[in-house]
Amino acid sequence: MSTVFIALQANEDTRPIIEAIEIDNPNAVVNREPAMVKIDAPNRLVIRKDTIEEQLGRSFDLQELQINLITLSGNVDEDEDTLTLTWNS
Amino acid sequence: MDMKTATKKLSLKDKYKLFTRDLGWEPTYRSKEEVFPYVQYEGIKIHDWDKWEDPFRLTMDAYWKYQAEKERKFYAIIDAHAQNNGHLNITDARYLSALKVFLQAISPGEYAAHKGFARVGREFPGVGTQVACQMQAIDEIRHAQTQIHALSNYNKFYNGFHAFAEQRDRIWYTSVARSFFDDAMAAGPFEFMIAIGFSFEYVLTNLLFVPFMSGAAYNGDMATVTFGFSAQSDEARHMTLGLECIKFMLEQDPDNLPIVQAWIDKWFWRGIRVLSLVSTMMDYMLPKRVMSWREAWNIYGIENGTALFKDLARYGIRPPKHWDKAEEAIDHMSHQLMLGLYQWKFGTSFHVWIPSDEDMDWLAKKYPTTFDKYYRPRWEHIKKHEAATGAPFNNYGLPKLCQCCQLPTIFTEPGDPTLICHRESVYQGERYHFCSDGCKDVFDNEPEKYVQAWLPMPGLMQDPLKGDLGAWMDWVFLKDGKDNGDYATSQDRQNFEQWRAQATSNQ
Amino acid sequence: MTVAARKEYVGIPRDRVENFHGKQLVFVSWDHHLLLAAPIMFCLPPQASFAELIESHLQPLLQADPDAAALDWNKVEWLKEGQPWVPDFAASLAANGIGHKEQLRMRTPGLSSLVPVN
Repeated sequence: MSTVFIALQANEDTRPIIEAIEIDNPNAVVNREPAMVKIDAPNRLVIRKDTIEEQLGRSFDLQELQINLITLSGNVDEDEDTLTLTWNS
Repeated sequence: MDMKTATKKLSLKDKYKLFTRDLGWEPTYRSKEEVFPYVQYEGIKIHDWDKWEDPFRLTMDAYWKYQAEKERKFYAIIDAHAQNNGHLNITDARYLSALKVFLQAISPGEYAAHKGFARVGREFPGVGTQVACQMQAIDEIRHAQTQIHALSNYNKFYNGFHAFAEQRDRIWYTSVARSFFDDAMAAGPFEFMIAIGFSFEYVLTNLLFVPFMSGAAYNGDMATVTFGFSAQSDEARHMTLGLECIKFMLEQDPDNLPIVQAWIDKWFWRGIRVLSLVSTMMDYMLPKRVMSWREAWNIYGIENGTALFKDLARYGIRPPKHWDKAEEAIDHMSHQLMLGLYQWKFGTSFHVWIPSDEDMDWLAKKYPTTFDKYYRPRWEHIKKHEAATGAPFNNYGLPKLCQCCQLPTIFTEPGDPTLICHRESVYQGERYHFCSDGCKDVFDNEPEKYVQAWLPMPGLMQDPLKGDLGAWMDWVFLKDGKDNGDYATSQDRQNFEQWRAQATSNQ
Repeated sequence: MTVAARKEYVGIPRDRVENFHGKQLVFVSWDHHLLLAAPIMFCLPPQASFAELIESHLQPLLQADPDAAALDWNKVEWLKEGQPWVPDFAASLAANGIGHKEQLRMRTPGLSSLVPVN
């Protein structure tokens, strides 16, 4: 097992995104650090546009994540509906 | 922000295809070899450039949109910082040393990375790669500019910030970073991608930016948090580019594996030496510390690095050579370098200090097997020596430098923290010294490259300075008695305390 | 391995002895003594005596070390190119065979107040 993670700035833009990630990834661990939130998950983490839109109450382009992204770890795959991080192990 | 519309949009994958690969063309009146003359000579074999794809599928139109948004956020906060005397909100003026080291050693590296990516973006034939390198080239110059801009607000009030560009080239402790980037820029395009895209961005940048920016947040420095996170939001894309690039090379031809592995070995070690500066910032320079260098390494070095190399094992890649030596050195490097910076503080454009008893207790807790045993006795002795002589402890003996990383050879033997590591090689009748096996390996693999190193200490003995320390200070733009020396007696400390007192009283 | 390059690649060393105006570099370090954090670089003419290197240049720098007072120069064990070696204090650096950029190491068994030697 390897840990994938994504870290986002702690702000109003990312609050609903983090909630959505928690909904879609029950295994994820959310670490709240100064000015940032780092979310760890075993081997795989998925971020879904639909879930974020439900939390946000508006349309959301997944690439908006770029604005508040701090760092990540894992192989990335992104299309218009999902962003996935994976380690092969 | 996007609103719901009825118009059918292109899928991300189609859009990416249209905005990258469909912009390319086959040359007709010149051969491909003439147009791209630099992609063969490193020995990397690429059969199909179209197999390279940015996993974020970011296209230039979206890039501009999001970067503009980042810049708006950045400048709103920088303006607020300047308008509200943000420089007085930091914990205390010791914190500024970390910023000075960052500005002198790291920000010029961003600019070097910009030049490098602008170059390799031209040298690679694949359009997807060209677009990604173009974005990263623009990112890197943005980072250099936003960092300089943010820190210029401190330059209005404090010493040591005023000559970072000259000091990047001339002062001694920045040459570890300068030589790292010069080495990368003097390499071919594929090696550059491994050096900066993979080793620096993927393996090491988290250790630089994430703890450092959290540290800035802990120490009340809104300006640095802002440029840090603004830069870091690009880093996730850079890291992904670096990882994609390495996978691409390994998937294209099995012959690429040994070349790529040798580059990983080399650039991991070179990166570790650059990070020794960062380790001193984390363990010693932040008045309020967020985590120790060791703790940061456990998260971003061990946990993340292990996951990465386990993933890459399917291509035959193994963890970098000397990983075990780096792991052993983690518990020593910040202490060894900080003791060096303290004794050569007459030559630093930032202030240093003996850690307080409370700070030493913290270090002992974070480094239970090394600090009290090896390093506290030296700090205590220095304290005693200063009390007895009534003068700051300075070592006017100029240090021997490593021919590869260019740091003073302060690091100890693997397995024996009581003995300096001595390594040397003779090449064409000349003797060269190194701080470690890792640095000696780098030299021995390409001696012709590293014999050319301009080392600050031997340089000081040659023309035009011929060993004159006063002339050297002028030459490195170091104002003696202002920029250098102990924090306790510095103008920075005096000013900060006076201005802070004024800001909180009506006297 | 050599440098990968598109044409012949020749590097010019920056620290050749002729760049030091008749002087040379020599490095001295004291094993298991880490108060002075790195080997010290000296820049002297090869005609300078070994005694001058030690007495005029090295000794003043060592004074801060708590073992400096107990140092018996007649008992110091020297390493040159990693091998045991006995210097002639009266002879010049050149006559002692000390070349440009050579590293000399001093060893003083039993003397190490600041670091716990195993």
